[in-house]
Amino acid sequence: MDKANERASGLLGRLSGFMRSCLFKVLCMGPIPTHFSFIMDGNRRYAKKMDMGEGAGHRAGFFALVSVLKYCYEVGVKYISVYAFSIDNFKRRPEEVKTIMDLILEKTEGLLEEGSIADQYGVRVYFVGNLKLLSEQVRIAAEKVMEATAHNTRCVLLICIAYTSCDEIVNSVRECCKDKMEEIEDEEGDDLVDIEKHMYMGVAPDPDILLRSSGEKRLSNYQLWQTTHCTLYSPTALWPEISLLHVVWGILKFQRSYAYFEKKKKKML
Amino acid sequence: MDSKQKVRGFSCSIHQIGNLGLQLLWSLVHLLISIGYFVVAAAAAVESYLISSGLLTRYKVLNISKLKYLAIVIESDDAVQTSKVVQLLRWLEVMGVKRMCLYDAQGVLKKSKASIVKMLDNAVLFEELDEKDLLEKPKCMALEFASMSDGKEGVVKAANLLFAKYMELGNRDGLDDEFFTEAQVGEALRAVGCKGPEPDLLLVYAPVRCHLGFPAWRTRYTEIVHMGSLKSMRLGSLTKAIYKFTRVRQNYGK
Repeated sequence: MDKANERASGLLGRLSGFMRSCLFKVLCMGPIPTHFSFIMDGNRRYAKKMDMGEGAGHRAGFFALVSVLKYCYEVGVKYISVYAFSIDNFKRRPEEVKTIMDLILEKTEGLLEEGSIADQYGVRVYFVGNLKLLSEQVRIAAEKVMEATAHNTRCVLLICIAYTSCDEIVNSVRECCKDKMEEIEDEEGDDLVDIEKHMYMGVAPDPDILLRSSGEKRLSNYQLWQTTHCTLYSPTALWPEISLLHVVWGILKFQRSYAYFEKKKKKML
Repeated sequence: MDSKQKVRGFSCSIHQIGNLGLQLLWSLVHLLISIGYFVVAAAAAVESYLISSGLLTRYKVLNISKLKYLAIVIESDDAVQTSKVVQLLRWLEVMGVKRMCLYDAQGVLKKSKASIVKMLDNAVLFEELDEKDLLEKPKCMALEFASMSDGKEGVVKAANLLFAKYMELGNRDGLDDEFFTEAQVGEALRAVGCKGPEPDLLLVYAPVRCHLGFPAWRTRYTEIVHMGSLKSMRLGSLTKAIYKFTRVRQNYGK
């Protein structure tokens, strides 16, 4: 009975994989976003809705994240960024912050293992944000993962942690001024290129589409600088409920607005 | 050799037919989506009519005090329609919205700000208000006009100002990280003319839901709502957007 169930679920898995790849072949007839960004909102509300314990919502959210990463890499998105932890989230109850940090540490160390998503898809991982605000354990784990995946070139994953746009802008201004101090004979001021070069998100192109789950219509201090020409999409599903359908709909929305943004970008050049 | 070429040619044709089939499917998907959006837009138009005629009673009472500062982002190509912009502002004035920022990326609205203020009965430019006016209950509509130059370029100017200030302190042993804080950058932005407050709500009148470069420093927790293009603006949709905003509850990350 168990073997039959296993065979049936294996068959279903292969069938759904085949249908997904057919769907992606159709989608790829249009432009695919180079960079897809996500705000993973709604983990706590999901835990409350499903009557789960503290931290269980975030664990469920992690599984949704892995699925979303797989779908995006399969369809050909090269850069994915996720808002894992905001500087504002440090204001939450200490027990909750500790639970989330423990989960981040566990999953970060998981990325170093063989067969991890980074391994499977050749993903280079960046941890982006004010990493000095993290505990030493989490920071060291993050640095290890960045070093271990530095040679991967197929796809890029940017995990925004201890991040806010305002902090990013302040850091960029500080770094620009540091550069200017070191070249004090250069009388010219900073320009936009200097500021953008020092942004935490400077390792990736600007996002083409940003999905915030839970239907919330604000960016909450996330990639405010980078989203000038980015389609904003807010499905009402909570983050652990985000599925292939939402990724596909996001890509279709991007395709509908592609011509408009290309025209805008050409005007700016 | 001949048969190999024939097989290659045949598989090439199959590949081309396959691609054509996929292209047709893709076009069909987008056609169905466009039809869907058309139906949704028609329903929204009917709903807007019901709201503006007062038949949907729940939208009659707006808790407008919750909306302290409104921003309106308009696609620059549409911003030349000054009469439409003035109509929108008149609707907002009737609703009781007193403080707002009008933004378009290329600064078209900035060029016509004098004529827009003149066409409204009771409006002033935001920069004409002093500290006292800002603290008191607003008597007239105060309009701020912004463009891309107040966004990223504003931050560049603020960075240069901060650097000049730092050099005046005379500390050349290295950069003191503590000097560069969010408060300092905020103050520098105000000093270079990027003074407006953070809007609570940002209404986007453009083909796509996107803030189009509205100053990043000011949109941390701003609700961003897409209203469609300016030419299809409706009073009912505007009322609904503001009503929905007044029902939002934010955690600010906590």
